Amino acid sequence: MSIKTETMTLNMGPQHPSTHGVFRLLVEVDGETITKAEPIMGYLHRGSEKLAERFLYTQFIPYTDRLDYMNAMTNNYVYCSAIERLLEWEVPERAEYLRVIVMELNRIASHLVWWGTYLLDIGALSPFLYAFRDRDHCLDLLNEISGARMTFNYVRIGGVKWDAPEGWVDRVKEKVKVLRENINEYDTLVTGNEIFQSRTIGVGKLSKEQILDWGISGPLARASGLKMDVRKDEPYSVYDRFDFDIPTREEGDVYARYKVRIDELYESLKIIEQACEQIPDGDIITKKGQRIMMIKPPAGEAYTRAEASKGEIGVYAISNGKNKPYRIKLRRPSFVNVAILQDLLVGQNIQNLVAIFGSLDIVLGEVDA
Amino acid sequence: MDTLMMFLYAVAVLGALLGAVTYAILFERKVIGYMQIRNGPNRHGPWGLFQTIADVTKLLMKEDIIPTAADKKIFVLAPVIAFAPAFTVFAVISWSDTIYAADLNIGVLYFLGVSSMTMLGVLMGGWSSNNKYSLLGAIRGVAQMISYELPLVLSVLGIVILVGSLNLRDIVYFQAEIGLWFIIPQFLAFVIYIISAIAELNRSPFDLPEAESELVSGYHTEYTGFRYAFFMLAEYTYAIAISAFATTLFLGGWLGPAFLPGVAWFLLKMCLFMFLWFWLRATLPRARVDHLMQFGWKVLIPLALLNIVITAIIKVWMGW
Repeated sequence: MSIKTETMTLNMGPQHPSTHGVFRLLVEVDGETITKAEPIMGYLHRGSEKLAERFLYTQFIPYTDRLDYMNAMTNNYVYCSAIERLLEWEVPERAEYLRVIVMELNRIASHLVWWGTYLLDIGALSPFLYAFRDRDHCLDLLNEISGARMTFNYVRIGGVKWDAPEGWVDRVKEKVKVLRENINEYDTLVTGNEIFQSRTIGVGKLSKEQILDWGISGPLARASGLKMDVRKDEPYSVYDRFDFDIPTREEGDVYARYKVRIDELYESLKIIEQACEQIPDGDIITKKGQRIMMIKPPAGEAYTRAEASKGEIGVYAISNGKNKPYRIKLRRPSFVNVAILQDLLVGQNIQNLVAIFGSLDIVLGEVDA
Repeated sequence: MDTLMMFLYAVAVLGALLGAVTYAILFERKVIGYMQIRNGPNRHGPWGLFQTIADVTKLLMKEDIIPTAADKKIFVLAPVIAFAPAFTVFAVISWSDTIYAADLNIGVLYFLGVSSMTMLGVLMGGWSSNNKYSLLGAIRGVAQMISYELPLVLSVLGIVILVGSLNLRDIVYFQAEIGLWFIIPQFLAFVIYIISAIAELNRSPFDLPEAESELVSGYHTEYTGFRYAFFMLAEYTYAIAISAFATTLFLGGWLGPAFLPGVAWFLLKMCLFMFLWFWLRATLPRARVDHLMQFGWKVLIPLALLNIVITAIIKVWMGW
């Protein structure tokens, strides 16, 4: 006698606790084993690229905040740097240092959110609150300098909007020390945990070939043994003046991605410390950058890229000589990274699905733009 | 005991239990709150004492929703089935030397037999909801509860061999006689019991049937209002029952220095176990289905069998 079985189609999302937003995953499961997975996106599509064509160059900056809202500073920066390249402007040094400090602070905040929510996905409740405690240290500092906690709108074409308030740089230095101690705490709380390791080691492996074929970047690529980081490969801003490492691991599994991100936290802290030491006095924005109506890049095109917390973010800007962009194209790392999901999930069970999906660290604002 | 007394006792236990569950939930939230560097509920009443009451009131006042696709009769019955066995096992729990309901000579067997029926509620709830997540949760839940039932029973057998009786009161008297709680001579059994009990209770790190990040809420995804409250009540009642059982078996029941009455000792030891469940929930991530099954069948059951063999040898050797 044989029992007839059939597969079940399970629709995870757009409202599901582990999709971190409005992401939908259509999976076919045989028992709990996934036989097919199809990511469906677009629930948060706002047409950012098209909207850009209707705005002055500066007016588009707040829209970049809303791409990867966990790491808005880098988005701000990469857009502004593309326009600066079109304009061929020099940016004041102090502004570049401030940009680096806020970008790295934001990277830490972003990685901490990932750390907390990822462990929440795996089923540990407490790390989430520890992560948010430390993330608040970063957000308080960013709030102080930019006036917002998430959508900063801080970087401007030709500089930054606000100078650091009095004593801010010293407060950053103090917080770096606090954060370093707290992050050490995480290792004792989670990394050595037997259950955590058994859930993550060897799960969701990505080979170097897969990484290259799918154009994956960021911590995912570094966890698979590819030493690629735009901050080192093609130093932008003033990153070439700092001494820091690119943490890489060979395994390519979920645990490697976890370790890479934890190590990156330390590297970011290092960069912030050095930037706080070196930061010069001076202007924070070029004269011309303050007259936003008059920002009219000459006709032409430019592409800049930067290392966001999720991967390599790029902006391709085309100008036709008017004060509004002709076309803005955004390379969003989350969008590129999430595509691998359909290959990665086949043969896994539902629990691994959550563990793998979480480890990609995507933000839906960025996937859907 | 005449019928009236029995009835009164049952009502009293039920009332006490409702109060206990109310404050067990608050206790859990406070414990986890402090472990997560926050305060826990503190808005309703002093120190948040009325929080659970407010929560339950809210749940009771909710609209009663039965999904159209659900199998209505089973759907309605499931929470009751889940709660009834968890409550009936209290009949054999002996709170102190004098406070008890049934002096049953097969107490251990009765407890284990009846408590394994809670699984039925999970299965019925998950199946009748006609929801994919509920079904997956129920499948996981049943597989897990059946698998961990075995080491649970086997771990208790060592004590039964030593005492030579299935009566829970005899087990406590035996511990008084030898002047040693069974946690020491039966430490291996105690560890196995604790691990299996957590799996039986579907608590973290084995809370797979209701893994919120994967299965939304597991077998009670479709339940709302008072039916949901009933499931929660069943869960906490069962947690208390398992703690009471463990207290009787391993921590000498009501035994303790005389400056506190026996009941107080019993309840204190029980709280210790409750604290353990909450503590683990705040600390550990969730285990994986296949690891869980492998651990149950390949590690816990052989260990429990080993424990039985060792216990039997010791019993013969020591001549107890």
